[in-house]
Amino acid sequence: MTTRDIVFIALFAAIMAALAVFPPVMLPLLGVPITAQSMGPMLAGGVLGARRGGLAMVLFLALVAIGLPLLSGGRGGFGVFFGPTAGYLIGWIVAAVAIGWMTERVWHRLNYLTACAICVAGGIGLLYAVGVPWSAAVANVPLSAALIGSAPFLPGDVVKALIAAAVIVTVRRSYPLIPRSAATSR
Amino acid sequence: MLSDLHVPGNSPVHRARPGVKLALLAVFCTAVFILDDPLVTAMSGALVALGYAAAGLRPRHAWTSLRPALWPLVIVFLAQLVLADAGTAMFVTGRFAVLILAASLLTLTTRAVDLTDSLRVGLERLSPRIPADRIALAVSLCLRFIPLVRTVLEDIRRAQWSRGLERRPLALLVPLIVRTLRTADEMAEAIEARSVE
Amino acid sequence: MSTLSLRNVEVEKDGIRILSGLTLDLSERRIGIVGRNGSGKSTFARLLNGLERPSAGQVLLDGDPEPRGLRRHVGFVFQNPDNQIVYPNVGEDLEFGLKNLRLPPEERRDRIATLLDTLQLSHLRDRLTHTLSGGEKQLIALAGVLVMRPDWIVLDEPTTLLDLWNTRRFMRVLDGLEQRIVMVSHHLDLMQGLDRVLHIADGTVADDGPPAGVIAGYVARSEC
Repeated sequence: MTTRDIVFIALFAAIMAALAVFPPVMLPLLGVPITAQSMGPMLAGGVLGARRGGLAMVLFLALVAIGLPLLSGGRGGFGVFFGPTAGYLIGWIVAAVAIGWMTERVWHRLNYLTACAICVAGGIGLLYAVGVPWSAAVANVPLSAALIGSAPFLPGDVVKALIAAAVIVTVRRSYPLIPRSAATSR
Repeated sequence: MLSDLHVPGNSPVHRARPGVKLALLAVFCTAVFILDDPLVTAMSGALVALGYAAAGLRPRHAWTSLRPALWPLVIVFLAQLVLADAGTAMFVTGRFAVLILAASLLTLTTRAVDLTDSLRVGLERLSPRIPADRIALAVSLCLRFIPLVRTVLEDIRRAQWSRGLERRPLALLVPLIVRTLRTADEMAEAIEARSVE
Repeated sequence: MSTLSLRNVEVEKDGIRILSGLTLDLSERRIGIVGRNGSGKSTFARLLNGLERPSAGQVLLDGDPEPRGLRRHVGFVFQNPDNQIVYPNVGEDLEFGLKNLRLPPEERRDRIATLLDTLQLSHLRDRLTHTLSGGEKQLIALAGVLVMRPDWIVLDEPTTLLDLWNTRRFMRVLDGLEQRIVMVSHHLDLMQGLDRVLHIADGTVADDGPPAGVIAGYVARSEC
C-alpha cells in the first residue's frame, strides 16, 4: 500500500460523498428517485480495482458511522447501520471488491459490454444478494417479500450500472490505474 | 458544510468516553436482537428515552435521527401488517426505531474527531500491525477531498451547462474523476515531498 | 554555504528523453528558471529535491548523493496549492511534515506558532484549508515547506494561479526568506532581481547567467 494508493482511496470515498449532492433523477413512470450515490461502488471498483475500491467503501462507511452526514439526503451516523436497508450499505463494499476483481481480470480487453456485464453482476446481482436477505432477516419478512420490496429500485440500478460502465471504460482510456497496481500487488 | 451531526453539550452522556459508548451500544443492540421480545424492546425504548433526557436532547433531535429511515420503516410496517398481524408489525418497526435512536444517541453526543481519535487508539492497542497512522492519514485526506471534489463538480457542471450538457451524467462524471485523479496524483507527490523518514 | 550539483544528469521517461547532459552547480541565493511549456524545466525542478530521479548521472547536495538528504534539505512548492495542502485544517497541515520528523508535540506547536508569526499569518492557524483564498492557500503551502526548515526551496510556477496583488505579496514573503531559492516561472518580471537565471530548452540548459542577458535571449528566441 503506497501513499498514492491511500490518496486514491481517500479520493473515492470523497467522490462517494460528492455523489450524494448530485441532483436525483426521477425515473419516468415509476416515480422512484435515482440517486447517484450507489454508482460510487461501481466506479470505485472499476477505476481503482478490488483492493483500493473496497477500502474506499470501507473508509466512506466509517466516516458515515462516526456521524458525518454523507449519505444522500444528508443521512449519517451510527443509526443508519440499524435500519432495514443497512445490508445495501455493507453490500457496497462487496460490490466494489467484486467489480474491481472482475475488472482486473478482463482489464486488457475491457470494453463497454464487458463493463456493463461486470457492473450489473456486481453492482446489482451481488448488492441485492447481500441487501435483500439482510432486510428479510432484520425485518422478519420472507425473502420473497423483501425481493418484491426492492423491485422498484431495479430499473434505476440498471440505468446506473450502464452509466457507470461507460464512465469506467472512458476513464480507463485517459487515466488507466489498474494494470500498474495489479503488477505491484501480485 | 462538513459539520457532523453532533449536538454540543456537557451532560454525563456527552462526557463519557467514546470507546465506552461504542461498546455499550454494541452490547445494547445485540441484546435487543438476541432477546427478540416485545417487552425487552419496550424496556430498551424507555432506556433510550432516558438516555436522550440525560443528554439534554429534545424530541426533535430524536425525530431528525428517525426521519431518514421513515419510508423503509413504513414499508416494513405495512409488509408485516399483510404478512403477520398488527402486533408483530408494531414490534418489528418499534425495534428498528429503538436501535436507530440508540445508535443516534452516540452520534448526537460524540464529536466525530473524538470518535476517530478513540478508534485510532483502539486500533493501535488491538494490534501493533494495524497501520493506524496511515488510516488516520486516509481519514484526514478524505475530509480534505470532500469540499475539493464538490468544488470541482460545481466547476464542471457550470462548464457543461454552457455546452448544454449539464444533465448528461457521463459529461460530469468522467471529467470529475479524471481531474480529481490528477489532483490525487500530485497530492501523493506532495506528501512524498513533505515526508522525511 | 550550500551547493546543489548536477553531474551528467539525464532523465528519460517511457523511452522519451526529457533532460540530458546537465552538469552544473547551483549556489546562488536566488535562481530563476525559464523555458517553454514542455521544455523539461518542471522535471529539472523536481530533480533538485529528489521527486524525480535521474536515469543517469547524479544530483548532489554539498557532494552528498543521498536522495533522503535532498528531500530533507530541499523543500518543494507546487503550482497548485490545492494539490499540496493535505489536511482539512491549517494547523494540522503544517504539523504534518513535523510529525514525520518525529518532533515532540510542544516543539511542533512552537515551530508552527513562530513561523506563522514571522509570516504574519497567525490568524489562519485554525481555519479550514478549503475556505482560504487562493493567495492564502499558496502562502500556507509555502509555510508547510518552511516549517521543515529546509536550506533550499524549489518552487514550480508558484504564482501562476495568483492575481497581481497576491503575486506581489507572495514574492515579498519569498524575498524575506533566508533560504536559497530556485523558482520556475513564466513571469519574467519576477526574474529581474535574481542572482542567476537558467533558460531550459529542448531538455538542456540553453543559456545561463545574470537575468538581463538570459531573459533578453529567451524573449528573442520566442519571437522567431
